Order: sequence, then C-alpha cells, then structure tokens
Amino acid sequence: MNSVDADLIRQSASVLAAAISEGEVSSLEVTKAHLARIAEVDERVHAFLQVTSEEALAAAELVDEKRRSGAKLGALAGVPIAVKDVLTMRGVPTTCGSKILEGWRPPYDATVVARLRAADMVILGKTNMDEFAMGSSTEHSAYGPTHNPWDLTRIPGGSGGGSAASLAAFEAPLAIGTDTGGSIRQPAALTGTVGVKPTYGGVSRYGLVALASSLDQAGPCARSVLDAALLHSVIAGHDPRDSTSINAPVPDVVAAANRGDVRGLRIGLVKELGGAGYQVGVLQRFNEAVELLQGLGAEVVEVSCPNFDYALGAYYLILPAEASSNLARFDGMRYGLRAGDDGSNSVEQVMSISREAGFGAEVKRRIMLGTYALSSGYYDAYYGQAQKVRTLITRDFNAAFDKADVLISPTAPTTAFKIGEKVDDPLAMYLNDIATIPVNLAGNCAMSLPVGLAPADGLPVGLQIMAPPMADDRLYLVGSALESALTDKWGHLLIEEVPSL
Amino acid sequence: MTAITRQEVAHLAKLARLDLTATELDHYAEQLAVILQSVARISEVAADDIPPTSHPVPIENVFRDDFAYPGLDRAEVFASAPATQDDRFRVPRILDEEQA
Repeated sequence: MNSVDADLIRQSASVLAAAISEGEVSSLEVTKAHLARIAEVDERVHAFLQVTSEEALAAAELVDEKRRSGAKLGALAGVPIAVKDVLTMRGVPTTCGSKILEGWRPPYDATVVARLRAADMVILGKTNMDEFAMGSSTEHSAYGPTHNPWDLTRIPGGSGGGSAASLAAFEAPLAIGTDTGGSIRQPAALTGTVGVKPTYGGVSRYGLVALASSLDQAGPCARSVLDAALLHSVIAGHDPRDSTSINAPVPDVVAAANRGDVRGLRIGLVKELGGAGYQVGVLQRFNEAVELLQGLGAEVVEVSCPNFDYALGAYYLILPAEASSNLARFDGMRYGLRAGDDGSNSVEQVMSISREAGFGAEVKRRIMLGTYALSSGYYDAYYGQAQKVRTLITRDFNAAFDKADVLISPTAPTTAFKIGEKVDDPLAMYLNDIATIPVNLAGNCAMSLPVGLAPADGLPVGLQIMAPPMADDRLYLVGSALESALTDKWGHLLIEEVPSL
Repeated sequence: MTAITRQEVAHLAKLARLDLTATELDHYAEQLAVILQSVARISEVAADDIPPTSHPVPIENVFRDDFAYPGLDRAEVFASAPATQDDRFRVPRILDEEQA
C-alpha cells in the first residue's frame, strides 16, 4: 500500500467527505484505497463476508461525475461504508451469517441501504456477524469468526463484530450495525470504536432481516462521535414501509456532536450496572471518565433501576420467543437452502431437514427456547411474566430520567476475550450484554464510545450513554464532549493506538 | 418452573421443524435446562398488576396511502428460489402418503 492510500484509510469520514466535495481527492481514489486495504488485511481480520468491489468502484465514479457536473451532494457523498450482512442489498448475496441463506440474492434494498445510495455513499461490502445476529462474539457466524484488530486471537464482540472490526482495521471509515441487545454497542466497546443504537423506530427496519422485531434497531458505527452523527442523520427518519417507524423529525444529532457540552447536565450513574462481575480495568477507566465529565461541568447523580437485575432473564425469553416466530419463514420453499427434497419426503419433512442442515447451534438453541416460552402451559410463567418485567424496566428508566438527563454505565463487563473461550457456554456469553439489554427492552437510545485501555490487558473499554426515547441528540452532546476531553488528554483518538496489522 | 426433559426437547424440535440428531437432543436438554433455570429468576418479581409490554412504542392503526407501487421482479425472485417449475415455486408433496 502506498503512502497516499495509507493516509486516506486513516481519515475520518467527515474529513474524507470534505476533501471529496472540494475536489482534493476523488471518491474513486478513496474507494480504491479502502479496497486495497481490505485485500491486504481481511484474510486475517475476516470482517467481510462479501466485498462488492465492482459496484463500489462504479458508485464512486458516479459520485465523482456528479461532483464535476456541479450537482448537489450529500454530507457523506463519496465516502465508503460497510454494511452488516443482515440488511438486504438488491442483487448482492445477503446471508445473515447463516448457511440457510447462502447465495441468496435479495430482490430489493433495505431502506437503510436505499438511503446510503441516495446519499451517494459507496458500499464496500457486507460484514460478518453472528448467525441471524444471535451472539456477542461473531463466533456464531457460519462463515468463521471475525478477529479483533487489537489482538487477532480475540473476539471483536457481536453480533456486529464484522462492522466494528472493519473500522478498527481501517478497512472502512463507517459501517452500519444492528442492535437487538447490544450488537452495535458491545462490539464498539471491544474494538475502541463508536456505536449508536438509535431510539426504537428512529431508523427503518424495512429490509432488516428480523431477529426480534420489538427490539431490533439499525444504527451507525464509526471511529468518532461526529462521524457517527453524520451517518445517523443519513439513515434515520420516518419510513412508511415500516409500521413501527416514528413519524417525527430526527433529533439534530450533527449539531449536538458539533456542540459537545455537558455543563449543567445531570448525568445519572446506574447503581445496578457496575460493581460485581465487571472487570477491574473496565471499572477503573469508567470511573476516570466519570471524573472527567464532572470536571467538564456535569452534575453526577446516582440513580437506581432495581428491575434491571431482571433484564437479562426477560430478554432471554422475549428475544427467543420473537426469534422462533420470525425464523419460521426459513422453510426452504421460496428462498434459501432446501435439503432432503428427494421426491419421497413430504413438505414438512423437507422443512425440518432443511432447517436442521441450515441453522447453526445457537440459532437452534434459541428457536427451541422461544418455542418453549410460547408453548401452552408455560406462556404465562415465561413470556407473559417477561413482558411485565419489560414494563417495570421502562418505568425504572422513566424514574431515572426524572433525576438525570442521561444515564451512563460501562458498555460491557469485560474487554475482548479469546476466540473459543465461551463459544459453547451460552450463559457466560449472554452476560456480555448485561448492561446494554435494558435499553432495547425499553426502546430508548444509547451510545458506546471508547474511554481508554484496561491496564491489565491493554484492550479497549467502552462507556455507555443512555438517553430517553427521541432524545438521541443528548448522546452526541455528551459523547462529543467526553471524546474531545479524552482526545486532549491523549493527543489523539484511542483508535490511533490500535496495533498495525 | 422445572427442568426440561429430553422428551420435551424432542417435542419442541418437532414443533419448531428441526430434525435434530440424538446427540443434539442430549446436548440441548442439558443446556436449555441451565438457561431456563437462570431466566426463571424473573418469577421473583411481583408483577400481577403490571400490564405487559409487547412493544416499546405503542403505535396503533398505521395506514399508508392507497397507491400502486411496483412489486418484486419475478425473474429476480425465482433466480433465488430453491426449485421452480412452470413459473411457480415447486414444493414437495404436501400430503402424507396415507392421506394422498
């Protein structure tokens, strides 16, 4: 890789967009630099399941042509982006990390993908993920794990490990993730990047292959708070094709990111998210960040959300229940894998054989858990009770937001662990999302941003900011203030410390 | 809330249309029991008078304007189908042999 390319791949999306719009560099050059980087390192990182080089180069040329003709371009025009393989992209294989969808070419674009195209962004390819977004390590991908660029023997978090790793490996300046229980925020924390789960209904779910419909939300992944805000404003907003999409103006997240100010803001420390079960180094960096926020003029208060202790239990009933129903569509009849169609097997036998052959271990586990939670005789005790706990968690949030403008916690209890360490221990794996799950259950919004490296292992630690529904701008206001204070302290963004691959 | 038996797992697999192997049945019986035991904690919460939440944003009756827009391209849809015949999806027989 030449030095110009090496420089281009390390730039922020906002700098690249400005340079492209000023004509200092072409989108084609930027795109080629990123494709070269992918060719150079992705064999070791495995962030991508599919690289769409030809489409990307064609899209980049089109942007350059538009710019030369004087056409008006969007804020991120010509900037490359990676998309999690759970969003449909017309004509490009979309697998969701599953063998059951191997080779499937969707006949339509997800709304998020359509908006990226409409904003003249350049899609580099589809990123690796835990199968159907079920997992916290990306090890449950049927196509092999993604490696954390900070230490290739470790997981990058999940389910959106591919998107997060692509940023940390400088393969893409921006990425799209989806977050059902932490799948944007936890990988962001483990890779030293920024990830936002917008308010439920803030970004369209049309074309997002459903895991748990009442929890799923797509959002931006970036290396800085401002870049995340720019991408957030491209993908957010009402979509008539998603009946749960909120028909209201998108909060001005870019203005908030540019302003970055916590003076006079009340920041709530959630008593239940921290302490026992959290790694010492994680708590140390978190506490330092809290002091920093205080120093910047925020008022820090302690809040209690007692029902958060039951969030993990409620989540692992609600999610499998919805997933078992959503994944019933993969029956090998109209698309996807069909096995055992030998002329003598009945349709039901073929469905069972196909699903057995196409789904991985974690997916089967959750489908059965959900089937159990929804079955007669158990419904009230499991699914019904979990839905009531969900109400109590929302009430805890409401009470906490009476006392504080935003809430904060560590994003994940630990730093990145070794590949293979927890892969067949579902309970240990589920604990990764203990701090991120409450937000999905209540439907409000949250961000993870890096606050340092844990002293013991030198791996990134993330801090989570949570805000009320449709107050996504507050995430950026606080995140940006904290990020610039940390940048002043370190002299650079944390991601600059990632080892070269 | 009790542990789950291998027989129950086999029944669930049938309901969920998963043709599990004998090894998988043993493995899942063990793992599902552990998971269920851990999530069972939610029964400690006294929530009899609490309304359930099925969805974080309670929106009702969402309508869109009634206008025609293009559907999916037929050729594209069939191109990704596991089997087609006469411009239709071809599926295995739907009746059991004794019903046929």
